[in-house]
Amino acid sequence: MDPVAVARWQFAITTVYHYFFVPITIGLAMVVAGFETAYLRTKRPDLLRTTKLLGKLFTINFALGLATGIVQEFQFGMNWSDYSRFVGDIFGAPLAIEALLAFFMESTFLGLWIFGWGRLPAKLHNLSMYLVAIGTMLSAYFILAANSFMQNPVGYTYNPVTKRAELTDFGAVLTNKVQLITFPHVIVAAYMTAGAFVLAVGLWHMRRKNVGEDLPMYRTVTRVGAWVTAVSAVLVIITGDIQGKIMTEVQPMKMAAAEALYNSASGHAPFSLFTVGSLSGTSEKFAITIPGLLSFLATGSFSKPVAGLNDLNAQYLQQFGHDPLGLASAASYMPYVPLSYWSFRLMIGLGIVALIMAVATLWATRGKRVPQARWWFLAIAIGPLMPLLANSFGWIFTETGRQPWLVFGLMATPSGVSPGVGAWTVLTSLLVFTLLYAVLAVIEVKLTLRYVRAGAEPYEPPATSDGNDGDAAEAPMVFAY
Amino acid sequence: MDLPVIWFVLIAVLWIGYLVLEGFDFGVGMLLPVLGRTPADRRVLLNSVGPFWDGNEVWILTAGGAMFAAFPYWYATLFSGFYLALLLILVALIIRALGFEYRAKIDDPQWRKRWDIAIVIGSAVPALLWGVALANIVNGVPIDAHGEYTGTLFTLLGPVGLLGGLTTVALFLTHGALFVALKTDGPIRVRARRIALRTGPVAALLAVVLFVVLGSKHGSVQSWTAAAVAAIALLAALAAAARGREGWSFAGTVLTIGAAVVAMFAMLYPNVMPSTLDPAWSLTIHGAASSTHTLGIMTVVALIFTPIVLIYQGYTYWVFRRRISAQHVDPTVPVGLPSGDATREGSARAAG
Repeated sequence: MDPVAVARWQFAITTVYHYFFVPITIGLAMVVAGFETAYLRTKRPDLLRTTKLLGKLFTINFALGLATGIVQEFQFGMNWSDYSRFVGDIFGAPLAIEALLAFFMESTFLGLWIFGWGRLPAKLHNLSMYLVAIGTMLSAYFILAANSFMQNPVGYTYNPVTKRAELTDFGAVLTNKVQLITFPHVIVAAYMTAGAFVLAVGLWHMRRKNVGEDLPMYRTVTRVGAWVTAVSAVLVIITGDIQGKIMTEVQPMKMAAAEALYNSASGHAPFSLFTVGSLSGTSEKFAITIPGLLSFLATGSFSKPVAGLNDLNAQYLQQFGHDPLGLASAASYMPYVPLSYWSFRLMIGLGIVALIMAVATLWATRGKRVPQARWWFLAIAIGPLMPLLANSFGWIFTETGRQPWLVFGLMATPSGVSPGVGAWTVLTSLLVFTLLYAVLAVIEVKLTLRYVRAGAEPYEPPATSDGNDGDAAEAPMVFAY
Repeated sequence: MDLPVIWFVLIAVLWIGYLVLEGFDFGVGMLLPVLGRTPADRRVLLNSVGPFWDGNEVWILTAGGAMFAAFPYWYATLFSGFYLALLLILVALIIRALGFEYRAKIDDPQWRKRWDIAIVIGSAVPALLWGVALANIVNGVPIDAHGEYTGTLFTLLGPVGLLGGLTTVALFLTHGALFVALKTDGPIRVRARRIALRTGPVAALLAVVLFVVLGSKHGSVQSWTAAAVAAIALLAALAAAARGREGWSFAGTVLTIGAAVVAMFAMLYPNVMPSTLDPAWSLTIHGAASSTHTLGIMTVVALIFTPIVLIYQGYTYWVFRRRISAQHVDPTVPVGLPSGDATREGSARAAG
């Protein structure tokens, strides 16, 4: 058994799983905070009920994101100790800063928000959720800075004495050009995901037979969700387009793998919507293609050339194949092409489905309309999964497309694994996490569905008087647990 | 003091923050079946740590991240070496976090009972294993010439490791009981104090044996002084608890845990992970550290943001400073959604 393969599977499973909860957390925190602000401005009972409903769904989702997030930080040291040794001087700092700036902020202010109803002055309570939202984004910024270093290492030098990469310019690490476009792309993708979730919650209730006088409330929820999804999806497309061009610049192999382009195209490279048959580059295949689109996606011009996998591989073999450190040596510098090819298409395709669904919902709920056709139920049931899976495939594409590199141009993946940890040990933890995560997924989904179906609680006037200025001695006790 | 030593001290500070804060919520979690005899009591216990536990837990993420950033070799050797122990800790922390958040989401005794078990196990396992880990780090573990740990999980669970683990369990039980005594009112407050007076002497005895065992090999003037402070603080805490001075007694266990960590780091100095195979293979502060450039940046960030974190975390403790009691629990208000298929009829209830 290959310890590298097991460690990679564990990283893939724990990370993809963790990332099911991250986008909804990032996006939903802001939506909840927004609803609370709207309530404080208008004092409309419906808005408070919505805030509390979405707030509960937020905490259910956040709990699992938090619980599985600890694994992520420990895993670098546990399974990838040689990687940690080699890049710790650069890679550790954003992680430590993420904890100090973001995790404290998220967890402390979420505690204040959950337990602070009626105890904190209303505006401060609302501010707490905004700080949670900002905390989630700060967290994203620093962890993406760390990830961007792996895609496009900057601001470092190799120190032959210590035999490791060392930081020379932290500003460069934080403003890596990959980072500056990945961050907005990830954030708007998160908002798109949360929006689709909110949309589905609202739409399910709108279509409920006994919705009664709650209809306007759920219409608002639905349309807010749909607007967030639609606007975010457009921004996802724009940022993704820019990101593609930067990727072509710094990781041309990844772009070539995205199209399974084996031989370099001198210009007008076509982009295939799908392919039937092998993507190994050895046999004929059937594909529906759009002329020039790959050139456009990669370079911004329909006529520019795009480098192919074979040429790049030959170039890299020459450049890195005889790395004196042995860290960068690999037999081939191509990623697993079918995975890159399909994950790229699924990312884009599912994201576009989410956009279409959001626009359709806005159209179908205009005026006083309630979408009645049966197939809308399908949109509710699988709609939220579309952007969620688009996020997953985006990350699968980004991370597997980087292979065989752990840090592009510096360290190949097998060089980073923990030398002292046996394959069976890693397999044990892989099995433990997979089983545990599977059980928790069932619990989480059941709980979420139950709270979605239960809907908003009846309105209760807030217990606090606004004049009490946070005098906790007089405020009621909150028993959230 | 140069930067690596400053960061050695800062890592100690982060561990102090973690063990002092999460120590009491581990204690409360472990005491759930002991102090929480009635459903209302259990809710009092859980809500007493409710707004805090998550923020407390971030201290270990910060400590882990800071070890990665400031001492990559320490982080790499420790985390890959103590693999299965950390796996157990991670599983425990995961089920515990969900226990806190999910327990009150469904109004069903069976559901709550399962999450209660998750909270108890999820608190006891890390309380034990962090102690095992720390005692082993100080006492030394088999580390080869390449900085790789060559032992197994059972190497860590030797006599010294287990002694360390039992010490932290007893200490956190005491610390948690005193927190409950400080934060609650009514019969549970009295019972919590009584528990602390029973677990406290056990903790004191175990701690003394642990520090004598560790100190006989690694002791220095500084470490013996800190250990003595820890012991005196614990005895003072128990004396204060016996007189019903809960605030002072809790402050006492805070000082105990803090001084105990200081004593351990003092024994560790100038190593971060001594090797039992060959002293030359020990990881040292300067050998394991990041570059001066990285440590300098980290120092600036820590100096600016740590006070801010302390201020808003302190503010949380201030907002939720009031004692809570079983009287505050309204038994007529359902906790979470009803079990079974019943769903809330939003419109009907809202109208009525």
